[in-house]
Amino acid sequence: MPEAVIRVAGLGKSYVTAAGLFPALKGVDLTIRRGEFVAIMGPSGSGKSTFMNLLGCLDTPTMGDYYLVERNVAHMGSDELAILRNRTIGFVFQGFNLLPRMSLEDNVALPLVYSGIEREVRRAKGRQMLARVGLDGYAKSLPARISGGQQQRVAIARALINSPRLILADEPTGNLDSHTGEEIMALFGQLNDEGITIVLVTHEADIAAHAKRQVRFFDGHIVSDIINDSATLARKPASC
Amino acid sequence: MLGAMLGEAWHAMGCNRMRTALTMLGMVIGVGSVVLMMAIGQGAQYAVAQTISTMGSNLYILISGSTNTSGVRTGSGFGPTLNVADAEAIAELDDISNVAPVHQGTQQLVYGAKNWSATVVGTTPAYLDARAWTLTSGYVFGESDVRSATRVALIGRTAAENLFEPNEDPLGKTIRIRQTPFVIIGTLGAKGQNLDGRDQDDTIIIPLTTAQRKVFGVPFAGSVRTVVLQASSAEAMPAVEKSVTALLRQRHRLREDMDNDFYIRNLAAAADSAAETTRVMSLLLGAIASVSLLVGGIGIMNIMLVSVTERTREIGIRMAIGARQKDILTQFLLEAIMISIAGCLIGLVLGISSALLINAITNMVIVISGGSVLVAFTVAAGVGVFFGFYPARKAAALDPIEALRYQ
Repeated sequence: MPEAVIRVAGLGKSYVTAAGLFPALKGVDLTIRRGEFVAIMGPSGSGKSTFMNLLGCLDTPTMGDYYLVERNVAHMGSDELAILRNRTIGFVFQGFNLLPRMSLEDNVALPLVYSGIEREVRRAKGRQMLARVGLDGYAKSLPARISGGQQQRVAIARALINSPRLILADEPTGNLDSHTGEEIMALFGQLNDEGITIVLVTHEADIAAHAKRQVRFFDGHIVSDIINDSATLARKPASC
Repeated sequence: MLGAMLGEAWHAMGCNRMRTALTMLGMVIGVGSVVLMMAIGQGAQYAVAQTISTMGSNLYILISGSTNTSGVRTGSGFGPTLNVADAEAIAELDDISNVAPVHQGTQQLVYGAKNWSATVVGTTPAYLDARAWTLTSGYVFGESDVRSATRVALIGRTAAENLFEPNEDPLGKTIRIRQTPFVIIGTLGAKGQNLDGRDQDDTIIIPLTTAQRKVFGVPFAGSVRTVVLQASSAEAMPAVEKSVTALLRQRHRLREDMDNDFYIRNLAAAADSAAETTRVMSLLLGAIASVSLLVGGIGIMNIMLVSVTERTREIGIRMAIGARQKDILTQFLLEAIMISIAGCLIGLVLGISSALLINAITNMVIVISGGSVLVAFTVAAGVGVFFGFYPARKAAALDPIEALRYQ
């Protein structure tokens, strides 16, 4: 059995609101192993976004433990969390989140700035990553010059640049039409075939169908956790 | 890492050129005005120092006392209480470098068909040393000329210009003062105005004895109205004043209860007050200019704060992909520093060139010292760091989740 990339035990998060303490996540246990492709589903307010933020080391839990590659991150300081976000996790957002005034190669290579890599090495690696997501030749373009699907590919290239153990995607197809969404999902599938662990949040069942495992949240709890055997069969070969 | 951060800051500056330029403008004006004001202030100080130095340094002037005839008191300088022998005795004291008895007044000078009224100074050669007055041509009369009352004269530039044609050399010419012919043996170097605005070059210098016997006439042989004396150093001046006073009281046989029958005046005091005035003026100019530098700094802070708000999402993205708080802090701080240093350099260039322009147009004395430039530069860079720190810290303290959600 492959080692656990993510292991959470009794993970909870409460927010302080005007009406008092609001528990968004109420003690979740989950283990995700290397090479898995997990879709996290659930209606809004179910706690899936809070869970994603905790997995992404963007937020710290108020209770429980979170082991990322067997290191407990629940009590880490902000600098240590930043280093994890930089080296161990790759993020893909719904809104792509590229820096609008930066060329695509610089956008892709941005995480390397915080790893202390030199400019020329960064750019070379950025172009290499762009080629990997099928966008070679776009290195000098600006994000506004390319389509939404292409922007999301750039964001994926950025997530991949530090060879992370884990890719976290928050509604990665939410801003795309269904055809482009399928292409992006195919790319995720291809990356998963290369051995990268992928966790994505979605509320669309046909997107979740690409994942090998589906975890459903409701009211701060996990209500179902099923293996999706049809995933590998449903997947088309990546067309890029 | 710092190199990469610098690149990021440079990139951010380039992204919004108009905003960067406007931010810099405050700094440019601040530094420019500091440099310009300091140049003007130091120029004024320099000009005053020049004027003071033409008077001669560490000078005292001894003036004879007043007389009291049947209850009518004359002003100082009219009593026959100082004489040449007093001057000679003072010269023997310690820390005295020059002593020159002086008898001066205004007389009509005549050369050919021209005549001109100028100050005639009857004195000894030591006077020229005390006043640090040099000749442009000819030579100074000697002690023997003073002893034998020869009729020779040194002529100042203004007097010469008024008596002679522009291309005429006064040297060797004979002028008349009160019917007495004088041969001009030297021309005096130009000194310009003194602190009262009097033209020091409108002067003729002749031997003391000649002046007293042929030009002014004195009721008591050997008596003089004033004696110029120069201490060897500024530090020695108080001691010199005491010893001269004691010596003269002794020579004049004054009892303990009697007042001095002479006055001793410190010319350095007047010079000091003039120098103090200009020093205060240049401080004031500097202070006013510093306010604009401060305003420039606040401008940087404003724009950086706006920039932090505007780029909240960018900060969130950077944090999500691994920027630590100190990376964000460094980036915004570097941006502020780069803007202020760039503004500073442009300000320096503008300040220096406008100072030179003012100098060229108005002939106002301008002094640009490396020190003032360095001070302006350091202060401006400091202002950049100081006012850049708050927005940078604000950016670094953003919560990544909130920042990512920010629209």
